[in-house]
Amino acid sequence: MTSNPTAPFSLSRRHLLGIEGLSAEEITGLLDLAEEFVTLNRQVEKKRATLRGRTQINLFFEASTRTQSSFELAGKRLGADVMNMSISTSSVKKGETLIDTAATLNAMHPDMIIVRHSASGAVELLARKVDCAVVNAGDGAHEHPTQALLDALTIRRNKGRIEGLTVAICGDILHSRVARSNILLLHTMGARVRVIGPSTLLPRDIERFGVEVYRDMREGLANADIVMMLRLQRERMSGSFVPSVKEYFHYWGLDAAKLRHARPDALVMHPGPMNRGVEIDSAVADGPQSLIREQVEMGVAVRMAVLDALSRNLPNA
Amino acid sequence: MRESRPILLTGGRVVDPSRDLDRHADVLIADGVIKDIAQGLGVAGLPDGTERIDCAGQIVIPGLVDMRAFIGEPGAEHRETLASASQAAAAGGVTTVICQPDTDPVIDDPAIVDFVKRRARDTAIVNIHPMAALTRGLLGREMTEIGLLASAGAVAFTDAAHSIASAQVLRRAFTYGRDFDALIVHHTEDATLTGEGVMNEGELASRLGLAGVPKAAETIVLERDVRLAAITRGRYHAASLTCAESLAVLRRAKEEGLAVTASASINHLALNERDVVGYRTFFKVAPPLRAEEDREALLAAVADGLIDVVVSDHNPQDVEVKRLPFSEAAFGAIGLETMLATGLRLVDGGALDLMTLVRAMSTRPAEILGLDAGTLKPGAAADIAVIAPDEAWILDAATLKSRCRNTPFDEARFQGRVVRTLVAGRTVYEYV
Repeated sequence: MTSNPTAPFSLSRRHLLGIEGLSAEEITGLLDLAEEFVTLNRQVEKKRATLRGRTQINLFFEASTRTQSSFELAGKRLGADVMNMSISTSSVKKGETLIDTAATLNAMHPDMIIVRHSASGAVELLARKVDCAVVNAGDGAHEHPTQALLDALTIRRNKGRIEGLTVAICGDILHSRVARSNILLLHTMGARVRVIGPSTLLPRDIERFGVEVYRDMREGLANADIVMMLRLQRERMSGSFVPSVKEYFHYWGLDAAKLRHARPDALVMHPGPMNRGVEIDSAVADGPQSLIREQVEMGVAVRMAVLDALSRNLPNA
Repeated sequence: MRESRPILLTGGRVVDPSRDLDRHADVLIADGVIKDIAQGLGVAGLPDGTERIDCAGQIVIPGLVDMRAFIGEPGAEHRETLASASQAAAAGGVTTVICQPDTDPVIDDPAIVDFVKRRARDTAIVNIHPMAALTRGLLGREMTEIGLLASAGAVAFTDAAHSIASAQVLRRAFTYGRDFDALIVHHTEDATLTGEGVMNEGELASRLGLAGVPKAAETIVLERDVRLAAITRGRYHAASLTCAESLAVLRRAKEEGLAVTASASINHLALNERDVVGYRTFFKVAPPLRAEEDREALLAAVADGLIDVVVSDHNPQDVEVKRLPFSEAAFGAIGLETMLATGLRLVDGGALDLMTLVRAMSTRPAEILGLDAGTLKPGAAADIAVIAPDEAWILDAATLKSRCRNTPFDEARFQGRVVRTLVAGRTVYEYV
């Protein structure tokens, strides 16, 4: 399942801003490349020189431990010099606009900028103002392409395929960039996608995304191959979008009883960090059907694949 | 519940809006349910020990389902208890009472729903179901546990006499409630426009020197709610409409096919703003009694089915809070015991026909709330009121069974009264 080494895979684009626009071939190419890095990452010698001399800046306007460290490790294992910049809200308050920040960083001649921002579209705006490659590490409620890719890799390694599977994405779809990227990727790869959640957490006209919409977990999980749970932010569970943690867990939290409605070999995923006892029960999160730890491993491999593939389009490559 | 004997109501005129039935027939009741309705049941073989009750010259109707009554339990037992409210209801032909959540504590937690249901089961002689609060503490900010409350037995969700100011809160509650097919009942009154108002805004209020409540306070909120019902497709019920302008909004909503229904209180159908002249605080209700044109429009709306439900808006207040200057007195009037008699007076006066009245007071509220009530179909719970239509009488407030006496109908003349009420096939009230 690896790519032909005589014709190295590359993406026909400078940036990875979203899953939207990626072809099934490009997605498959990235996943194949990532498979090589999964093997590499399990060895004692994990380093390659692919990005030697390159500078990667992780520009995170929104706090993130796991995504930032995953990108940092991915860059370092490929030999890049990695710089982490966490822009707290306080320094944004000093008045520098996103475009000013982009221009400043651009003057330092980075080769790749990995950006996370709380505003949808902010990464694309920044990408237009720099000369290097930009990877979207999550923009608002818009896209989080590397999460969708690592989810796809995890599914493919466990099910052998993505096409024809039924994937149920559950919970706070409204605020989730993970859900949007996954819906796009899974559709491109020929999976059947369902979304399940209370109506207050479903975006308007979500059925026009081509997904099947369920409000009831038991109905929505019936015959599902993959159950993807989403994180519900604390501030949304006390009467604004849902009445309480108790009620949310009762109706939409994934526990063993609800999981039994899915296929017996259904697998459970979660992008993390989990709220145990809110959207997922510990027994399920740590149970035999859970792929949650494997997702983290796949995250590093997929990000290495993305950095590698994009670097092949960089000037002087 | 102890075993009850089978009962045969003989020779009465049976009026059942659930089947558009209006004819003379016998009604056989056993095991708490209606077994059969037909002419001449009395001559056929009846179950052993059947009690025959002669209803000749009387009317047999499904017991009333009162969709809006305040009962003070828990927290205001001096005003009314589940037991005293149920006695009043039985005497008024009301076999199901929907109590409001503005108690103390507020019915906003499944444990309190459970408490009310148990208390009602143990102390009340009619069926009582609670509505639960739509927002926690009736504060209009955070929605309650609609799913868990519904599964505990809350039949609908409302902030009772409070109107929710935030359209966003209401929109989310509509949206979320739809997942549980929840009915949201809303008191349509803009608090900022109502302000200190105590009666209908207009010439009369100006002459009396009382602060008025504009009709727009109701219509503006109703308009907003209907738009929210349109974008969310939630099930919405306006708790108490009072004026012609609101009826136009309601009619448009129904023509659009929205899941929108509405109630009017018996007070607003029978009384108008002139009744408060003399600063009579027993006529101080919320929303206020309106002009005679509004009352006539409201009656016409009940007659043509635009207004689905007629409620008592039973609100017991003791004398300490009513024997005060008008602007300081509490709002509210009792009505469980008199709603049917008041309705019969409207029928007698030709404003409504009996079928329509019973539909609005029994069949429609049962349908909207999804209750096994409001019908005399065989197999349905035997919740029945028997009316003597020719009985003329004068109400003596001292004889009322409610703990409070704040009726606007003291010494009023009535035509037609409840002579017997059955709940689940047992007689719970008999006029002697």
